[in-house]
Amino acid sequence: MSTDEIKEKIKAFICQFVQNVDIPDDEDLFASGLVNSLFAMQLVLHIEKEFQLKVENDDLDYENFKSINTITDFIGQKAPNNE
Amino acid sequence: MNLELTPEQIESRKSFSDFVDEYIAPVADQYDRNEETPIELIKRLGEQGFLGAFIPEEYGGRGMDMVTAGLLCEEIGSGSASLLSLLTVNGMVSQSILKWGTNAQKEHWLPKLATGEKVAAFGVTEPNIGSDAKSVETTAELSGNSYIINGRKKWISYGQVADLFLILTQCDGKPTTFLIERDTPGFSTTPITGLLGFRSAMLAELHIEKCRVPEENLVGKPGFGFSHVTNVALDHGRYCVGWGCLGLAEACLQASLSYTSERKQFGTNLRGHQLIQEMIADMITNIKATRLLCYHAAYLKEAGDPGMIMETSIMKYFASRMVNKIANDAVQIHGAHGCGSEYSVQRYLRDAKIMEIIEGSSQMQQIIIAKSGYMNFRLEKRKK
Repeated sequence: MSTDEIKEKIKAFICQFVQNVDIPDDEDLFASGLVNSLFAMQLVLHIEKEFQLKVENDDLDYENFKSINTITDFIGQKAPNNE
Repeated sequence: MNLELTPEQIESRKSFSDFVDEYIAPVADQYDRNEETPIELIKRLGEQGFLGAFIPEEYGGRGMDMVTAGLLCEEIGSGSASLLSLLTVNGMVSQSILKWGTNAQKEHWLPKLATGEKVAAFGVTEPNIGSDAKSVETTAELSGNSYIINGRKKWISYGQVADLFLILTQCDGKPTTFLIERDTPGFSTTPITGLLGFRSAMLAELHIEKCRVPEENLVGKPGFGFSHVTNVALDHGRYCVGWGCLGLAEACLQASLSYTSERKQFGTNLRGHQLIQEMIADMITNIKATRLLCYHAAYLKEAGDPGMIMETSIMKYFASRMVNKIANDAVQIHGAHGCGSEYSVQRYLRDAKIMEIIEGSSQMQQIIIAKSGYMNFRLEKRKK
């Protein structure tokens, strides 16, 4: 899966939770209050199911989940075979 | 779509039901009056693997599928809601470790929690903090390569006997969770008695005074204690409670069917009175509706679908409201007998109320369910 495909899938998922459809790719989702704390685990479950990978203890870095860009990078690194 | 249980699930349910009939139902009222769960019963649950229902086999658990584990919660809940809460809190901690613990934590604790060698309890609620969980006042401060934890936790199910506690703290203002063992210097518990319900769930207040815990006891990372760790625990708790409400409601129904078949007033059995039939009909219908919600939540949980969080919330909300109506009607049907100690329905009613408060009150569920409804509405509008 290409980076663009990952990004599109993540965007589509996040768009379900926010009012503003056009979220900049580098917008901090949590700091901007766009999503609530329940979303955090829903995002983890989505990443695991959609991209067939396991989010674990070592992955709990705010940077990994902060924005569409960082989530995309995180998935790309966790699943390098997707490329 | 297939809503039928598999032959294996039917067989499991029978074995759970047999266990409840033999070891729980006959003594649940007595334990309720004594405000105690005997250690032998906890050990027996462990030997059966019931405490490890949700723990994978590689860590010594039973690794049950979500429907089978739900059926276990249902059956235990029909016998004793207090005892169900042991499965719930032990599961909340073990699921948090399973999802966010280190490999060392998983390997050390999960086999023990699966077998009842050790029992875990979940410490979020405090004297000043209930629903607003991420604002807990218990603090953790880094000191060398360990943390110093200070605070109080209240209303902790099985806090009187648990060996291990998962504690939500504020660490530099970030919600952070730690494992604290009972024998940690500075840690003590005080029993809470005289409760409305869950009387044999051995609730306690936890006193955490300058408890030094190694950094290896951190579960997840600082800042992720509420959004990730506590939410995993709460989701699991809601799942167990929802199924437990189903079992408790079934117990109310069975008691009501039995009583109305025997009790005679105005020359006929109560079952012949239409106003009684109305209550029985509503019980049956609401139980069936709850069961479908439980199955749906189980299906999504088994699939690891992100939708499971909302569906579990909806299921817990509906089930806990439903069982309050049913338990209330069960007492009404039993009349004065229902208020006395001879029948279990008064315990069912008291326990039902607790179900509507724990692991997110009905009001907290309403908020997130309504928000989700508006989110879906917005999404549908966009699609058009």
